[in-house]
Parts: sequence; structure tokens; C-alpha cells
Amino acid sequence: MMATVSDQQRKKIHPHKFSLWVAMASILMMFAGFTSAYIVKRNDGNNWLEFTLPPVFWYSTVVILLSSLTISLATKAFKDRNMARYRALVTVTAVLGVVFTILQWTGFEYLQSHGVKLIGSNSNAAGSFLGVITGVHMLHVLGGVVVLMVLFVRAYSSRKKNYSSVPIEVASTYWHFVDAIWIYLFIFFNIVSG
Amino acid sequence: MSNEQIHAAPAQGASHGSHDHGHAEGGHHHHETFITKYIFSQDHKMIAKQFLVTGMAWAVLGGLMSVLFRIQLAYPDQNFPILETLLGHWAKGGKITAESYYALVTIHGTVMVFFVLTAGLSGTFSNFLIPLQVGARDMASPFMNMLSYWFFFTSAIIMLSSLFVETGPFSGGWTAYPPLSALGSTSPGSKTGMDLWLISMALFVVSQLLGGLNYIATVLNMRTKGMSMTRLPLTIWAFFFTAVLGVLSFPVLLSGFILLIFDRNFGTSFYLSDIFVNGIGALPNEGGSPILYQHLFWFLGHPEVYIIILPGMGIVSEVMSTNSRKPIFGYMAMIGSLFAIAILSFLVWAHHMFVSGLNPFLGSFFVLLTLLIAVPSAIKVFNWLTTLWRGNIRFTPGMLYSIGFVSMFISGGLTGIWLGNSALDIHLHDTYFIIAHFHLVMGVAGIFGMYAGIYHWYPKMFGRYMNNTLAYIHFWVTFAGAYLIFWPMHYEGLAGMPRRYYDYTNWESFKMFEGLNVFISIVAIIVFAVQLLFLFNFFYSMYKGRKVTSQNPWGSTTLEWTTPINPGHGNWPGEIPEVHRWAYDYGKDGKDFIAQTTPVGAGETTNH
Repeated sequence: MMATVSDQQRKKIHPHKFSLWVAMASILMMFAGFTSAYIVKRNDGNNWLEFTLPPVFWYSTVVILLSSLTISLATKAFKDRNMARYRALVTVTAVLGVVFTILQWTGFEYLQSHGVKLIGSNSNAAGSFLGVITGVHMLHVLGGVVVLMVLFVRAYSSRKKNYSSVPIEVASTYWHFVDAIWIYLFIFFNIVSG
Repeated sequence: MSNEQIHAAPAQGASHGSHDHGHAEGGHHHHETFITKYIFSQDHKMIAKQFLVTGMAWAVLGGLMSVLFRIQLAYPDQNFPILETLLGHWAKGGKITAESYYALVTIHGTVMVFFVLTAGLSGTFSNFLIPLQVGARDMASPFMNMLSYWFFFTSAIIMLSSLFVETGPFSGGWTAYPPLSALGSTSPGSKTGMDLWLISMALFVVSQLLGGLNYIATVLNMRTKGMSMTRLPLTIWAFFFTAVLGVLSFPVLLSGFILLIFDRNFGTSFYLSDIFVNGIGALPNEGGSPILYQHLFWFLGHPEVYIIILPGMGIVSEVMSTNSRKPIFGYMAMIGSLFAIAILSFLVWAHHMFVSGLNPFLGSFFVLLTLLIAVPSAIKVFNWLTTLWRGNIRFTPGMLYSIGFVSMFISGGLTGIWLGNSALDIHLHDTYFIIAHFHLVMGVAGIFGMYAGIYHWYPKMFGRYMNNTLAYIHFWVTFAGAYLIFWPMHYEGLAGMPRRYYDYTNWESFKMFEGLNVFISIVAIIVFAVQLLFLFNFFYSMYKGRKVTSQNPWGSTTLEWTTPINPGHGNWPGEIPEVHRWAYDYGKDGKDFIAQTTPVGAGETTNH
């Protein structure tokens, strides 16, 4: 019954893609809220710990940029109906996503070992902010990984052949978005705390 | 007055529409079980009713809470043994305890603002009217729409469960400022009650985001042929801006909550600094700022009050134009003022924080921006009044509530101009003056918008009419009661009587208000009783109300009245009608009204 909806309504952009853009605006507001809070807190000058970012963040940045490239290639492979290549690239992207979060985690451990407590008593808001903001971003990346796993399983399903490229395009846009959020956060942390 | 066949309107059939795609299967029947039809429904009309009924349940609870704390305020030195029977240790010895008093005001605020006037109001009418009035079979994503309701329902259940935990629900005010909200050791309500409050609110934010996303996508992408943005009824414009506000401001609240969760549970110091708790000693948290939470909270909090009032504005514009048999005055100005309010709502949050230690120079910018809101608000009020002017007014219950809405909005809005001044705010903040202000302008006006919508669209929702006599009693008692409750509070506030106090008898300066407080409480109880009358009318009419016999009982131009009297999932049995004109062709060219589906005649002048 819902299939008839798509036949009968005029639309310029697929509703799922459009919804994604609205959702991304919403997520962006959350990070804008976080980083504004960071600036407000830092500027009140009350007990703010200055520290250098973990060097491993450079590696994670490279990894997430790479993953954006692989998901673009995956979308292209899907459109060319090159399914083997598509599945491989989706897998690589998901793995890169997981690697990214692991690298972020080692960044946290680096900070802990260099005397910057992220949580717990005697932690400083500066470190906690970095931990919470980066942590929430990691959750968004992992959410993307889950989506990719669903797409991966779907590509193997022999019962239902799906020729619509909308799901992978939606996933790909989202993936580029969380990538861009990280670039923003990385630049932000470098400038503000550097 | 009877509303039966005010307009013996000929059925405005769906046959006007002609579509690019020839086949139409929207009306065909797919199998619906009880569960898919009434519980896990993906039909926007059923989801709207679910939001409405859940919102009504919470309105009863929230209203009952206000009755309870009004009893305490009116009779602080008397005991009512019945209260102990009903509430147990909340009212030991028949007297509401201080702790439960604070819990009652906190939860009253939370559920009224979020569950009743956000989910109950825009959840109901955005869901019900958007697809019907833009000409869509359902929302952009019916599944997400269903999820939105179930997240709300879960959130509501968790909030409800917090009323039954041993230490009681959260009691630190609906704004949940730290440190009371961040430290479990500070009050009984800050323990499990606050955990449940936070979980509930986080789920509520998710529900609002899922819903808002859908509303925006549906309005922008799913309009029927010919339905340009400037042909939309003002209801849709209002719901659209409401959804935009929600989608952009709720995530910021969520960031604030996430930081709060870390402060509560993981020992961070975002909001906490230099705290000494009685019985525990000094806390290690150093360097946090409670003002930071207030910024994050009010960045949502202020748009939130417009999330509450904009749907009411849209509903009132539509109901008022229909029942004045006149086009809405200044359609484009109405859209423009909605837009201006939406923009300004993001730029005024710090007027809630004038006395929090905010830089006074910063405050003056927020004063200016706050007072600017008076301009679009006044545009709207004058447009409503000029819509009524020399109209052929039909005083249906929906219309009365719309006029009541404008009255409340003016009365409450004028005191907003007082409160927006940071200098006056030094005296008036946290007094009964502010209680009076926001209850009139947002609480009562919001609920009046909701009642206007319910009475007006009840025939479309259930295919029956509500009883008019009961509706008129409901309106006049509620209208008079709202003024009798909140008008005197202005005096109390000007005299400096602070809000949220448990007992005022210890203060010489407030003893003169003893009689006034009794008066307010008695009126509050009467008004609450009349709301139960409304509930009776609502549910009774669902089964026993007079049946609607014509497709378009109010003689409306909009698309929802071109559907069958009891529309199925998919709304139109045939093709979706095409739209040829704007939504406000009332009293045009010698015709009482011209439906949006009627093609423009030869030589006819058009508005849009």
C-alpha cells in the first residue's frame, strides 16, 4: 500500500535522502551545542587544563578520510552492478570505521597515561569535553558501521534482488557527514586547545 | 446553536484531481488486525489519536498535580486525611510534605510542557493534519512516525514509573538545573527519580526528532499537485516551523543532558564546582559552571515555548478564517511573522538568565532581541482581529476557543514586554508574575489552541460531533477560570511573592494574600473538574455523538474535507485531488467558499 505513495506524489528528492539531510542538520546542532559549551566553559577561565591532543588522532583522521573514499567507490560499484566489488568495498569501509573508533580509543588511553583524566573524580572539564564529544562522535561512526553491516547482509540476500541505489547513497551521505564532523572537531580541538 | 449542516455543502468530490499517473490504489484494503490498526499503527491518523489520548492522560495527571499543590498553597495549616489515604507517605498526616510539593511542581511543569503541550499538541495535529491538508496518503516515513509515538510512549511510562520509586520523582524544578539535578546526595528526588527523568527526557528528544523529521519531509516533499507552498493552509506552515524549531533545538538539549549524565554518573565537572553537601562534605568537583547548563537548557527552552504556541497559532488561524467566513487577513504576513518568530526564538534564550550572573551588557542585546518578538506577535494578533472584523462569525466551540486563544495570547504577551526588560526582571524574576505570564501566554493559550483543534477536527477524527452544550460550559468556565486563576497572580508577583515556595505563612509581607490564594485554589479545582467534563464529552461522543452526515460540515476549503467522512489508511479512495487555489477563498465572487480543489474559473482573479 505504501508503494503506491511513491507513484502518486511529486517529489524532487527521495524522501529518505531528504530526511537524512534534516537529521544531519539535527546532529550538527548537537555538536554545535557541544563545541559552543566547550568555548563558553573554556572562556570562563576557571580551572581549565591545557594539554596537547594525542598524536594518534592524525592517524584516525587519515583512516576516516580513506573510508569516505572507499564508500564513494562502493556506491559507484553498486550503480555499475559490480556486486562483488561493492561487497568488498562496503566491508573495507565498515572495517575502517571500526579501526577509526579503536584509534580514537587509544587516543583516550594516551591522554590517561599522560595525566589527563577524562572522567572520574579530579578529572578536568577540558579532558572530559574531549572525551564526551569524541565519544559521541564515535557512537555516530559505529551507528554507520551497523548500517553498512545491514547493507552487506542485504547484498547477499538471494531472495530479494534490490536495484535501488537509495540505501547505499543514504549510507554514503551519512558516512561523509560523520567524516566531516570529525574533521570539524579535529580542527576545532587543534585551534581551541592548541 | 446547532452545528449540523451549517453548510449543506455539496460533497466536494475528489474527482477534480487529475494526475500524471493514471492508476490509483490508495483506497484498496490491506489486511488490518487489531494490533496493526490500533496499536502498532502506521496510519498517521491513528498515530495522531494515540498522541492525543496519551497527551490527555498526562494532562489529567499534570492537572491533578496542580490541584494537589494548590491545596497546600491555599490551606498550608490544615490537614486533609483523605490525602494520606490517596497518596500515602507523600501526604503524611493529610498534609502534602515539602519534598512531595517540590516533586509535584517539578513533574507538573515537565509533563505539561513536554508531554501535553509538545507531544499532545503538535504530535496530534501535525500527524493528523499534515498529510490530510497537503494531500498525501501518509507521512514520508510512516514507520518512523510509529517509532516516534512509541519512543514518546516509553518515555511517558518511564516518567510515570518515577512517581512510584521510594525516593520519589525528581523535585528540583522542571528546568533540572545542576547541582540539584547532578548530585544524588542533594535531595531525595535527585536520586533514582532524576535518573528516570533523564532517561525519559532523552527518549522524548528522540521521539521529537523522529516526528519532526517526518513532518518537515512530508511538508516539503509530499504535497499534492498544485499545492505550492503559498497555497498551504497556515496550520501546515505553523507545524512546519514547529518541526524545524524542534529538530534544531532538541539536540542541543540532548548535549546538555549528556554532559549532565556524565556529571551525575562519571564524576566529571562540567557543571559542578566548589560544592559542599551537608553530611558528605566538600566534593572533589572543581571548575564546572552551572551557568553552562542553563545556556544549553534555554537554547532549547526558549524555542520550546514557540514549539508549544506555534501549532496553536496555526490552528487558530485556520479555525478563525473558516468560522468567520472570511479569508485570513494578511496570509503572507502570517507566514512572515511565523518565520520571524522562529528565527528570533533562537536568539533570546539568555532572557531566562538575566539574574544568573550574565554580563549585563550582554543582557541588553537579549533585551532588544526579546522585545523584537513583540513585532511579529502583534502582526499575528492584529491579523486575527482583522480576520474577525465584519466576519460572518459562527460561534462554534472551536471558534470560541480560537477567540479565547487570542485573548490569552494578548493578556500574557503584554506582560512579556515587562519581563523582557532585564531591569524589571530583577524584581519580577522567579515571582508569581512570571507564573502568571507564562501560564497565560503559553500554557492556557497553548491548551486553548489544542481545544480549538479538537473541537474543530473532531468530526474528521471520529466521524461524529461532540456535544455542543457541554462544549460551551467547558469553554466559558475554562475561559473565566483561567483569568481568575492567573490574573491575581500578577498582583502577588508584583508584591514580590516568590514562586516554588512551600508555605508563605511565615512571611509577614505575603500574609495578605492568604484569601487570594484560597480563591485561586478553589477556581483551579473547579476548572480541573470542568476538564473532566470535556473528557467525558470527548469519549462519550466517540461512541454516542451525533454522526457526521456531510463530507464538509464546516464549509471548509481545505483538502481534509474532500476525504470520505471516515477515511481509511491512504486518505482518499481514488486519486489524490489536485489543488488549484490557496486555502482561504471564503466569501469570494458571491460564493460562500470555494474549495481548494475547484479549478480557477475563466476571468477569476486569484490570490495565489
